[in-house]
Amino acid sequence: MSGSLCAETVLIGGAGGDEVEAYLARPAGDAPRGGVVVIHHMPGYDRATKEIVRRFAELGYDAICPNLYWREAPGAAPDDAAATARANGGVPDERLIGDVGGATAYLRSLPSSNAKVGVIGYCSGGRQAVLAACNLELDAAVDCYGAFVVGTPPEGFPLRVTNLVEQLPRLGAPLLGLFGKEDSHPSPEQVAELDQILTADNKPHEFHSYDDAGHAFFAVDRPSYRVAAANDGWERITTFYGSNLGG
Amino acid sequence: MCSYATVQTSLDGSAKGPGSSWFHVTDGTIYFDHPIHAMAEHTLNIDFAAPANGPSARVAVELTAASARDLVAAIQAALDAAPAERTA
Repeated sequence: MSGSLCAETVLIGGAGGDEVEAYLARPAGDAPRGGVVVIHHMPGYDRATKEIVRRFAELGYDAICPNLYWREAPGAAPDDAAATARANGGVPDERLIGDVGGATAYLRSLPSSNAKVGVIGYCSGGRQAVLAACNLELDAAVDCYGAFVVGTPPEGFPLRVTNLVEQLPRLGAPLLGLFGKEDSHPSPEQVAELDQILTADNKPHEFHSYDDAGHAFFAVDRPSYRVAAANDGWERITTFYGSNLGG
Repeated sequence: MCSYATVQTSLDGSAKGPGSSWFHVTDGTIYFDHPIHAMAEHTLNIDFAAPANGPSARVAVELTAASARDLVAAIQAALDAAPAERTA
């Protein structure tokens, strides 16, 4: 692996036929490879997320992250876009499925694609990665500390979010879950509940929960960053995608 | 945590924001969640915004929980100290 890659902003077809901005990173060369759709965290389509996209390219995958807030705030600074999206009620689930589906189709259309595509999401994107894997043809899914896959979301707030318990029987891809034991959203009890549901449904999954880690332990620019958990998590992701997106 | 909990309120006032320009504030969004900039895992975040003017018409504040409570008390004290007929 040379580490050479190309990264650029592109427009892809999203939910409802809308054009949606996305950040694409691809390894140099034309060797066949898998693809990864990165779902950004609630703070938005930001520099840290784009670094993650480039890291997947460095790992050998065609990687793409759709800007989930493009419709509310095209061209806005990521933090302003996130604030606008939050005030407007967040990203509707149907739109998320359409946008991730568009990103998946884009990756599979690339001449380098081996047709296998995984998804990964952080924070709110963790829940959305599971949502996508319940509704799209995907080959692997990674949930990094997504809240409200199970559990009861708060009511009476503008952010409209439901848990995914009724959709879990449709989960069509192996799921890697990475969680912090000090997180409260999702709590260790909720992680255990999800584990039990997937085990009962015979859904392939692999969960790791880290000591001395809470929410957002992958976020290198935040106080929540935990180097031991993040390093081990990246190794788990590398192995998991290597098994499910290779060939 | 990623709480999703968000409280919104209408506001009528002004804020000095992007480009050192004043703008008319019409909306407030308040939530206790991850900050963008503050060196804390969670903060009380307030967006003083004018959505009609676009996403960048916003003054964002991220306060620790203790600071946010101090601010609430300070605002209340300032209002209490003013003549009642002017703050009705």
